[in-house]
Amino acid sequence: MSEAEYEAVMGLEVHVELATATKLFCGCVNEFGSEPNTNICPVCLGLPGSLPVLNEKVVEFALRIGEAFHFDVPERSIFHRKNYFYPDMPKDFQTSQYDSPICADGYLEVDGVRIGIERAHMEEDTGKTTHVGGGGRIHDADHSNVDYNRAGVPLMEIVSRPEMHTAEQAKGYVSELRGILEAIGVSDVKMEEGSMRVDANVSIRPVGSDTLGTRAEIKNMNSLRSLGRAIEYEISRQVELVESGGRVVQETRHWDESAGITHGMRSKEGSEDYRYFPEPDLVPVAPTDAMRATARAAIGELPAARRERMVAQWGISETDARTLVESPGLAEFADATVAAGAPGKDVTNWLSGEVLAYLNETGLSLAVLPLTPGKLAELCTLVSDGTLSRNLAKDVLGECLREPKDPKAVVAERGLAQVNDEGELGALVDAVLAGNAETIEEYRNGDDKLRKKKRGFLMGEVMKASKGSGNPQVLNRLLDERLN
Amino acid sequence: MSGAPETALDIAASVRSGERSARSVVDDHLATIAARDGEIHACNAVLDDQARAAADAIDAAVARGEDPGPLAGVPVALKDNLCTRGIPTTCSSRILEGWLPPYTATVVQRVTDAGGIPIAKTNLDEFAMGSSTENSAFGVTRNPRDLTRVSGGSSGGSAAAVAAGYAPLALGSDTGGSIRQPAALCGVVGVKPTYGLVSRYGLIAFASSLDQIGPFANTVDDAALMLETIWGHDPMDSTSITGAPAPLAGGADVAGLRIGIVEELTDVEGIAPEVRAAVGRAASALEAAGATVDRVSVPSCTYGLSAYYLIAPAEASSNLARYDGVRYGLRVDGEDVADMNARTRAAGFGPEVKRRIMLGTYALSAGYYDAYYGKAQKVRTLIIRDFAAAYERFDVLLSPTAPTEAFPIGEKTADPLAMYLSDVCTIPTNLAGHAAMTVPFGVGGEGLPVGVQVLAPALGEPVMFRAARALEAAAPR
Repeated sequence: MSEAEYEAVMGLEVHVELATATKLFCGCVNEFGSEPNTNICPVCLGLPGSLPVLNEKVVEFALRIGEAFHFDVPERSIFHRKNYFYPDMPKDFQTSQYDSPICADGYLEVDGVRIGIERAHMEEDTGKTTHVGGGGRIHDADHSNVDYNRAGVPLMEIVSRPEMHTAEQAKGYVSELRGILEAIGVSDVKMEEGSMRVDANVSIRPVGSDTLGTRAEIKNMNSLRSLGRAIEYEISRQVELVESGGRVVQETRHWDESAGITHGMRSKEGSEDYRYFPEPDLVPVAPTDAMRATARAAIGELPAARRERMVAQWGISETDARTLVESPGLAEFADATVAAGAPGKDVTNWLSGEVLAYLNETGLSLAVLPLTPGKLAELCTLVSDGTLSRNLAKDVLGECLREPKDPKAVVAERGLAQVNDEGELGALVDAVLAGNAETIEEYRNGDDKLRKKKRGFLMGEVMKASKGSGNPQVLNRLLDERLN
Repeated sequence: MSGAPETALDIAASVRSGERSARSVVDDHLATIAARDGEIHACNAVLDDQARAAADAIDAAVARGEDPGPLAGVPVALKDNLCTRGIPTTCSSRILEGWLPPYTATVVQRVTDAGGIPIAKTNLDEFAMGSSTENSAFGVTRNPRDLTRVSGGSSGGSAAAVAAGYAPLALGSDTGGSIRQPAALCGVVGVKPTYGLVSRYGLIAFASSLDQIGPFANTVDDAALMLETIWGHDPMDSTSITGAPAPLAGGADVAGLRIGIVEELTDVEGIAPEVRAAVGRAASALEAAGATVDRVSVPSCTYGLSAYYLIAPAEASSNLARYDGVRYGLRVDGEDVADMNARTRAAGFGPEVKRRIMLGTYALSAGYYDAYYGKAQKVRTLIIRDFAAAYERFDVLLSPTAPTEAFPIGEKTADPLAMYLSDVCTIPTNLAGHAAMTVPFGVGGEGLPVGVQVLAPALGEPVMFRAARALEAAAPR
């Protein structure tokens, strides 16, 4: 059989760090990038005698997720302990949810296809281990340092059903999921910084079969692109393996970005027994009606609805709408610019063109740019009222992306405003013609080719005389009136 | 000692009035400790300097006209599984040697806020696992009434400290009887409050769903003073009960009180006849004071011990996982991290702790969970149901606290099951999350103290203390 005769089946497990001010079970600051072991206390260090207290904000964020992905949120859910030894896990168990998650049985639509989401549950993150010496791998490291700042950071694990069949579909799912999580304000969803981590369970089966094949769990993809590459590689690997008489084994495989392959991680004999049991130090999570209402109210417009609105109201393409909605902060920026009086289509063109290119090129985020929606709206007006040509407007925008300046101020400072005044421009034309009697003569007596050449020369002189600021349409008309 | 030991209420009154200095109180008690602890060994650490400094601060407050609080100048012994900032807290285990907690347990904070003075950290069975304090890594605590006998456990050090006059008050923890059993064996009052009434924040966990901190005292009123000091909601403990508890004042009037003797905890094999007789005499005394007494069956209590020895080790196996040599306490180096973990735990834990970790790990294992842990939780539900039925007919229940008087040191160390049976009368209360306390009630056939246990429903402390005061008044001297 060839690859076309197999169907790939995949489910995704997505871990998202929730952007609460404090950690899941203590008052420590939930912050990325602090000095190691500064955001810690007896609770998140799991010191003897310490006890967890659930952060209510985490429950509210979980309820928002419940709403946004159409989950059932039961009256009561509980935490369990997942027991295993690991040095970056302070208690040597992870407080997580097991058979009683806060969100059950939801879904997400990706390009018109509904992908089921089995569950979403709350759990604590672990610390972070850095291996020193021996190439940074644990086995030959000289020693290891553990930073517990991340220990106890709240996570939601969102587990899809095995209902995706292509790498594109998986990327679409993650992209849509990310957009929604960002829109409802629960996470900054940065795959590169690890605030969103995606593991893919991949299996293959002959087309037409409805039993699931043995799956491999692929880890360590830190961008959408590497997710797609890893899945494609893994599907090919499994097909080749089966075709050559081999058998897929259930294992965790590590995606190697530079080599472009997945490789099996040292697997333990037998499956791990986590000895789950209900966490006795916490009481059941029982969201009140008030908490549910707060969560519902906190959810704004979801990405799909936002795209539809932009297409309908601004007359932009679905592709442009997707660009705006999927780039962090861009859609909000566009809405604010339109609210400041600019036409949606113009705003979209600037944002998805020059602005996005600038962000990609510099790696900056929209939030740190000096450009504001008010300034972008001003620029749109300068173009629509004829003050600026689109070409000059590009220069002005470039300056406003780098410097905290108003477009109008840039125009004034650089004398870029177009001159439209016919009296002023007419005088310029007259002065140029007066100094070029010979050329006028040649123009009047020449054939078409020569006339065109001479007229071009005169127009160039006129533009030069206006220092480039004369409105070219007006100048053309005034010149023709005088020559003919 | 001459006559009855001074009560905490008397000490606090005299210190608050300026009649006596806290410093002299502390010095007297430190002198007693110095004189007796060589042979008793109730203390893992004596806090001489800290206690004297705290006493001086209290005396200065009194001199300024301030009220240091209801425990003003009262020495308090703390079981060494309660975290004390900057003071070693060992759980009587090698694995925690050298660890200095960076924070203080809520109960200890409440004691010091009320003017109480921590005077010693007391010995216990390692991680509170045991019934004789023989499982301590630092040696046994002898019974002050007979130095050849055990003090009970696991809070043997706290019970002995109060019995020997080191402090009029002590704190212990009770997971299956660890306050009540040693209190009974040492002849003092011991209280296991309703689960959630006292914050567990800073109590080093043995079995989280069963552990509860409570007082030791020489008198019921002193025990009430201590309980009222430490109880009440703590935002650091999610399982702590919200709302103000009803006060424990209320005298010793038991007229009209309905009292039931629990058959399954009294009329069974293993309970010494003299102990059973003491419960009978106690019931008669209450009857004489106007209560009605009857026998009551709480059938599922029979399975309490079995359920407890699945649930408690299961939780312990998880709670004690963190002692892995990575962050604090003992570390024994190894080939790699897993080997270091294993060597550290092999060297740091004693045999009883290892036994329970293995039991609990097994009980939670895939394929056995339903048969063991799951079934034990069902028994727990049954016990709660059976007690609820009993409390429809009775206000409080009575039973022995411990099956026997204090037993000779070494008698049960080779037979864990015999040791486990020491807690057969106390365990059901922990499984139910209810309240119970022990009151000394005369001596047994060997001339050593016998305790009678008063059991009450959740938050039934006020009625339980009333019955306890009546028993105290009627107890043979």
